[in-house]
Amino acid sequence: MSTLRGALAQNKHVRGPVGGKRDLSVMKTLSVKDAAALIPDGASLMIGGFMGVGTPDPLIDELVRQGKRNLTIIANDTAMPGRGIGKLITAELIAKTIASHIGLNPETQKQMIDGRMEVDLVPQGTLIERIRAAGCGLGGVLTPTGVGTVVEDGKQRIEVNGKSYLLETPLRADFALVHAFLADYSGNLSYALTGRNFNPVMAMAGDTVIVTAEHIVPVGVISPDHIVTPAPLVDYLVGHG
Amino acid sequence: MDAQTIIAKRIAQELRDHMLVNLGIGIPTLVANYVPEGISVFFQSENGLIGTGPIPEAGMEHPLLTDAGGRPVTALPGACTFDSSMSFGLIRGGHVDMTVLGGLQVDASGRLANWMIPGKMVPGMGGAMDLVTGAKRVIVAMQHTAKGKPKIIKKCTLPLTSVRPVDLVVSELAVIGFPDGHATLLETAPGVTVAQVTAATEAELAIPDKVPEMRL
Repeated sequence: MSTLRGALAQNKHVRGPVGGKRDLSVMKTLSVKDAAALIPDGASLMIGGFMGVGTPDPLIDELVRQGKRNLTIIANDTAMPGRGIGKLITAELIAKTIASHIGLNPETQKQMIDGRMEVDLVPQGTLIERIRAAGCGLGGVLTPTGVGTVVEDGKQRIEVNGKSYLLETPLRADFALVHAFLADYSGNLSYALTGRNFNPVMAMAGDTVIVTAEHIVPVGVISPDHIVTPAPLVDYLVGHG
Repeated sequence: MDAQTIIAKRIAQELRDHMLVNLGIGIPTLVANYVPEGISVFFQSENGLIGTGPIPEAGMEHPLLTDAGGRPVTALPGACTFDSSMSFGLIRGGHVDMTVLGGLQVDASGRLANWMIPGKMVPGMGGAMDLVTGAKRVIVAMQHTAKGKPKIIKKCTLPLTSVRPVDLVVSELAVIGFPDGHATLLETAPGVTVAQVTAATEAELAIPDKVPEMRL
């Protein structure tokens, strides 16, 4: 572990009273440079987003700049060249991709066919449930999707009340890189429109959760009913500026 | 009328009031242009939206409001958004009344292959396997042949999307259903003969005594 990582680890969840006796906790934000530096070569990353929408772009740009190697990524898709996760593909930083769709990124398909990157294709509904299972402490999920197709290869088929299901195992990662619409300074998150997608589910399933947000607002601004990801799940919030 | 318009208009006739409908990329998307008057349909985008509206006017796009292909869309009043777990819970859980998907091959029993051509094209299944497995009604929108070769064939040679048979295939030549598990010619397109359909189809088609023409 680098000195930087150690120092950041100490700052993790720096929480304390704000405004006198009120018992609100805050976390320090960190720069995108320091956030990306937490991620070592060879790490597994869950990355939120759907075709580049709701993806933590500042972190991706910084991972490319720092030239992280040999990454495993878990994401719905690999977006398009020049957009979102597509930038990691173009920079050839990825050893393995677990995704449901790579059809809009010809570079992903090329690296896969050339044998330079391993690609594991998973039905979208199965992918999100495997991530949810890991985040929720489940030993897996039973899904009818994929029964009798190549997706079944190597998996256990289980009958429940006369219907066939595949046992799909939990999927976790070293890091979850999440993009929110609003974050407050305690780490509570809310999402906007179709930018939500995989983000809140991944925020449950990464050992370390790093968040970028369109807006960072004071604690209390987001209504409790509108918070989707509770603050205790978030380890690091990337600041603006 | 071009092939795509024939297919989209005919499939739109399958829509019913208050259905929750998921349209795939390509020809299926066009179905939304022909919703019959007097009915209201909820369109789902599997990236997390019910109430998907038309493409926005230039300058009115929002970077966080897109369809499953990443293209800007609008959200109609009453629309709602949700995460991917909810989105596929709706799909797998049988809450989606109808899905319209593209196809590479459909076999004589109605099984669909639409997600890869090994060694050539490997886009991935995306949400297609969940949709075919879980939607109440599955309609395939596709051209009847590809480069002159039939796409409705005896047995799929490409990897299957699901073992669950589809309900209907609509092409620019015909409507084909699978009652009792056998491909059956239900309608022909205007000006198309039964012989033309069977000549363009490898799978053996059951032909009823009377085959009506599509009314577009």
